[in-house]
Amino acid sequence: MRGLTTVFKKEVRENIRDRRALFNSLLLGPLLFPLLFVGMMWFLESAEKERFEKTIELPVIGAEYAPSLIRYLEQQGTVILPAPENPEELVLSQEAPVVLRILPEFPEKWSEGLPAPVEVISDPSRQESNAPIRKVKGLLYAYGQQIGSLRLRLRGISPQLASPVMIKDVDLSTPKSRAILAVIFLPYVLMITAFTGATHLAMDTTAGEKERKSLEPLLINPVPRWQIMTGKMITTMVFAMSSLALTLVSFRIVLPYMPVGAFGMDLTLGLETLLMILFVISPVAILAAALLTLLAAFAKSYREAQSYMGLVILIPMIPSLIFMANPIKAESWMMNIPLFSQNLLIGELIREEAVPMEWYVMSIASTLVIGVLLAAMAATLYNRPKLIFSTS
Amino acid sequence: MIVVKNLHKSFGDVKAVNGVSFEARDGEITGLLGPNGAGKTTTLRMLYSLLPPDQGEIRIDGLDPTRDAMEIKRTLGVVPDSRGLYSRLTARENITYYGELHGMKGETIQERIEDMTATLDMADFIDRRTEGFSQGQRVKVAIARAMVHQPQTVLMDEPSNGLDVMSTRALRHYIRSLKAEGHSVVLSTHIMQEVAALCDRIVIIAKGEVAADGTAEELLERSGCDSLEDAFVNLIGSEEGLLA
Repeated sequence: MRGLTTVFKKEVRENIRDRRALFNSLLLGPLLFPLLFVGMMWFLESAEKERFEKTIELPVIGAEYAPSLIRYLEQQGTVILPAPENPEELVLSQEAPVVLRILPEFPEKWSEGLPAPVEVISDPSRQESNAPIRKVKGLLYAYGQQIGSLRLRLRGISPQLASPVMIKDVDLSTPKSRAILAVIFLPYVLMITAFTGATHLAMDTTAGEKERKSLEPLLINPVPRWQIMTGKMITTMVFAMSSLALTLVSFRIVLPYMPVGAFGMDLTLGLETLLMILFVISPVAILAAALLTLLAAFAKSYREAQSYMGLVILIPMIPSLIFMANPIKAESWMMNIPLFSQNLLIGELIREEAVPMEWYVMSIASTLVIGVLLAAMAATLYNRPKLIFSTS
Repeated sequence: MIVVKNLHKSFGDVKAVNGVSFEARDGEITGLLGPNGAGKTTTLRMLYSLLPPDQGEIRIDGLDPTRDAMEIKRTLGVVPDSRGLYSRLTARENITYYGELHGMKGETIQERIEDMTATLDMADFIDRRTEGFSQGQRVKVAIARAMVHQPQTVLMDEPSNGLDVMSTRALRHYIRSLKAEGHSVVLSTHIMQEVAALCDRIVIIAKGEVAADGTAEELLERSGCDSLEDAFVNLIGSEEGLLA
């Protein structure tokens, strides 16, 4: 074991002196992701607010057919613009999000008491026109309701007869469980951090050593090769873990500045929750370090290793993407799937749900088994002479 | 003392080493001379147990690299063809790392480094990070880290590659001092001057085989030539890949 600890100490010392390693492992993730998260929230909130509060400018065709509707829209704060020549063109070129067309048969149908047709011309596939479309349709619907109940009342019928069902919202979600964005985003960021925190070290200690031609002399020393590789892997794990811990601390500092009110979220990560999250995710750091070291040691050159890393970084994204597309309820058997189980557990921890003890055990055990297996493969990789001499 | 008998090694269809035999005695410098690609590096790699031979026998002070790899590595000092240093560590830290890998104690390592700093004239740069070192400085550090554990047998693969005249002179001086201390030194080279200036015994290798083997005088006699240079060319059969 003497060889292992010697290698570990040397790698730590060497990489602490490496600005690129420090930047990639200890600065990039911990600083970038939390700031990105908060920035995104601010942006979303302010953009949403702005769109909702903005007065709508609505080009109307055939305004002369429905003067009372136009008056209603204006009372509600809509600015009515004169009819454009080509409304479809206007919408497609994004000059106006919505155009209203009142059809010539509107007055006739109206006076007969039949549904009078209006057209809302829009392109709902454009995200930014959703708010104006919703607003215009809402106004039209409200106007219709108003006129409808007036007509019923004129005929001596209670308008309540037209609403046989009354829907009431009983909302049982707590502010914590409403923190859905965070529940999806935080595990995702942590998963990626575990991998990005390990990437540079895994490459530098194996593919990098091969490229710098210091691997052959290193292996001539009387130390079993598995000890050399394990020493390198443990260094990588330590960096990945530090990266995770720093990211969590940085989230803890940044979260109070989040515009939580708008989303009805209460997101103060307590120290205990923070430590639990770190505990749950640390096997992922081991898995990541082992997998990345295995690939980097296998690569013939630093460049080849880099191209592998680009693909590997997709792995931690998969569970999060599945979870985003199809939020599922956590169940026991899912705890056996590395990365996926951590995703679910961190979600539960943020929501402050009670998690069965055996879930932790299953999640940690299954991840560790695969991590150790990969580590064992990596540790024996350099027993094959071919892998030592294959450079570039 | 190294004894090599009938060594073979192939990589796929390429026969890199094809029946090499020689001896390297203690207190002597043995030179493996041959053009580039003759199989010198592969032979050395089998000696320091990085590659297993396909066939043949190696004994270094009675030990077999295929069975006693760890033991052999303790008695060997190797300056291989690749001599990458850790550029973010100082020369001293580079050497200390190897000392620790050999299981040496901290004080012993530092004493050894002081000795070698004097012998190899490294005082100017011993505590500098090795980034930006000249070739000469690099070779000195590579030698020092290979010799930190005071090995009996020393293997050097093209040690003077890329060195200027002054560094080459210093290197030769150092290798002679190893011989004087009774070490067994084996060096490979494709530079004829080097073997002529340094080696007690010369093993000429060409195309994975030993073309001739003996002292300088014996080789002159056998080839019937007047100069060593002619003798080498004559024995190898071509002057391709050799440097005067």
